[in-house]
Amino acid sequence: MSSHADESGKKMGMWLFLYTEIILFGGLFVLYAVYFSRYTSDFIEGGKGLSLIFGVVNTIILLISSFAVAAAITAIQRGQKKIVLSAIAGCLGCGAIFLVNKYFEWGHKIALGIYPNSDRLLDGPDGLNMFFGLYYIITGLHGLHIVIGMTFLAVSFGFVLVGRVTAKRFALLENAGLYWHLVDLIWIFIFPLFYLVV
Amino acid sequence: MDFEKSFFETPSSARLTGIWSWLLTTDHKRIGLMYLFATGFWFLLAVLLGGLLRLELMFPGQTLLSSHLYNSIFTLHGVIMIFLFIIPALPAVFGNFFLPMQIGTDDVFFPKLNLMSWYLYMLGGVIAIFSLFSDGFPDTGWTFYVPFSISTNTNVSTAVFAAFVLGFASMLTGLNFITTIHRMRHPKMGWLQIPLFTWSLYATSWVQLLATPIISVTLVLVMVERYFNVGLFDPARGGGPILYQHLFWMYSHPAVYIMILPGMGVISEIIPVFARKSIFGYKAIVASSMAIAVAGSLVWAHHMYTSGMSDTAVFVFSFLTFVVAIPSAIKVFSWVATLYKGAIEMTPPLFLSLCFIYLFSVGGLTGLVLGGAGTDIHVHDTHFVVSHFHFTMFGGTGFAFFAALHYWWPKMFGRMYNFKWAYIASVLVTGGFIFHYVPMFILGLQGMPRRYYDYLPQYANGNFMAGFGGLFMIVGIFMMMTNLILSLKRERNAPADPWGGVTLEWMTPSPPPLHNFTGEPEVLDYPYDFSKVIEKFARKPKES
Repeated sequence: MSSHADESGKKMGMWLFLYTEIILFGGLFVLYAVYFSRYTSDFIEGGKGLSLIFGVVNTIILLISSFAVAAAITAIQRGQKKIVLSAIAGCLGCGAIFLVNKYFEWGHKIALGIYPNSDRLLDGPDGLNMFFGLYYIITGLHGLHIVIGMTFLAVSFGFVLVGRVTAKRFALLENAGLYWHLVDLIWIFIFPLFYLVV
Repeated sequence: MDFEKSFFETPSSARLTGIWSWLLTTDHKRIGLMYLFATGFWFLLAVLLGGLLRLELMFPGQTLLSSHLYNSIFTLHGVIMIFLFIIPALPAVFGNFFLPMQIGTDDVFFPKLNLMSWYLYMLGGVIAIFSLFSDGFPDTGWTFYVPFSISTNTNVSTAVFAAFVLGFASMLTGLNFITTIHRMRHPKMGWLQIPLFTWSLYATSWVQLLATPIISVTLVLVMVERYFNVGLFDPARGGGPILYQHLFWMYSHPAVYIMILPGMGVISEIIPVFARKSIFGYKAIVASSMAIAVAGSLVWAHHMYTSGMSDTAVFVFSFLTFVVAIPSAIKVFSWVATLYKGAIEMTPPLFLSLCFIYLFSVGGLTGLVLGGAGTDIHVHDTHFVVSHFHFTMFGGTGFAFFAALHYWWPKMFGRMYNFKWAYIASVLVTGGFIFHYVPMFILGLQGMPRRYYDYLPQYANGNFMAGFGGLFMIVGIFMMMTNLILSLKRERNAPADPWGGVTLEWMTPSPPPLHNFTGEPEVLDYPYDFSKVIEKFARKPKES
């Protein structure tokens, strides 16, 4: 009857939560789909305006970070605490680099006068306004999820350090890992929708 | 009955005392009761607000409320009733208290998350109150339709944020229930031995989990529009206002089933107990709950026949709407068939359940008038709609809530209430209800629109009658609640099983001990087997 030992139940709860996250972004992807079909050529135009290099680098960084999380989970099962800690730290580092990249990317766009309600977007074609509106909302919300995922991983890091997450009880770290994979996975959809739409 | 102390006397964790033994508890029963008090407060407040609205409408012209205040109050009435009462009422109060007991376990799977959901719920309520006093409560209606919700000067952002937080609370409750049902069922209880209330909560939880994120993101978009003015829903900048309505109803129609499914579960528990007869069509009821959860997610655009859609879309959504009526009807027929040739024992919970069946059927059938694309054009956004959804939401879920209160009250508090006053109050509420809402059907068919504080002279009689009925209804509601609260002064002597129920929550003392059961509960092969009860309960249930 005691729930505290049921590690796979905890994972089930996390999976259910991940469904809700997918649907949260799903609502935004519905908007994207509708406006893409309405303003296809403007969306292609907008896609050309985004830096492919930033997009590719961020994708690679997130893939590496996902590998690091997976490595951390394998390592904790084998009881290799040092590897766990360095893998989580590596993952946090990747997340930070991602956010810094995003900061420069957004900063560059804003410097060019492309931001919600800017004169340049208001005077331009409607489709471009929709493209960049969705770009800011979707990547912004995704960035927020990166921050949440990093917080989650940082907490796991602390728990591994003090020995509350161990080879026998690692549901917390595994759930943090699942969340991080989800954030990564959502980016895998965002990347082609905005950067490769050309 | 004093072999083990009840959960009222044993705080969880044991070191907590006084008010903290409630505010920091992880005991699902205490959390359920905390939800009961909070939802009860919001319900009575919103009833009074609704009363104010009808009082204004009783006489033509401006009498009590200015047009602006009227708009804010009907928004407030809707937001409170939907987000703070109907959605959490049955799952969070009775689900929390009885779901673990019905499946023979001692708590939900994530007890701390459960407490956190309660705090999120309270936080949402506080934010909603806060928005009242900052820039005035929104005057948009609970649907927050664009473009008005983006251009109005009232405090839409705060109210929308409150709904966002409440959505989170509801989602986490759903997550908790699904995990609990999967992982913590009594080892001897298979899927088709789960009581129907728990089954309905299972279906509800999936809808909560899968639909709520859509409203969350939609409400976030309303806030983004208000702060950053992206123009996603502004046609002047390429956006589509209709898209907002789609996103909104993609959640809010499934939410209707979040509201009604647990109510149907309650009725499925009560009817067989007082018919002393196994429920008719157990598997059909289970299947129809799941069918409602699935089909109910595919009918959202029937709120938008007049908004501008292709005829094909209107046809498809109209067809699906008629399809979703079938599983609801299966349940109604099953309840009636259960009563047929049963040994019926009249009690207040059964009486309220019978009222539920009648009122809900009227609500369901008038729903078909609205679901049919042709007839809907005539009555769209009139008082007919107002009356229809009150018949389903109040006559349905509200009455199921009353029935659940009367059914499980002795189990929750260990005390019986006065039957006579319970009957009188129920008759007043039901009679008042019919006099209140039936005139609105007629007003709607005559063309009186909803959401106006004033009307043309020909609608005066109907509005007067509706207000008159509403008065009886409100008096009845307060009488019912007073009767229940007064029972708390009585001696705590309710037996473990006052009604003759066979689900596991009746196999333990009233109120239950901290770990729910004094010994290992005995799971029946079939959850509604009354053969032993009929022998034991040849006599009438006693009040005290």
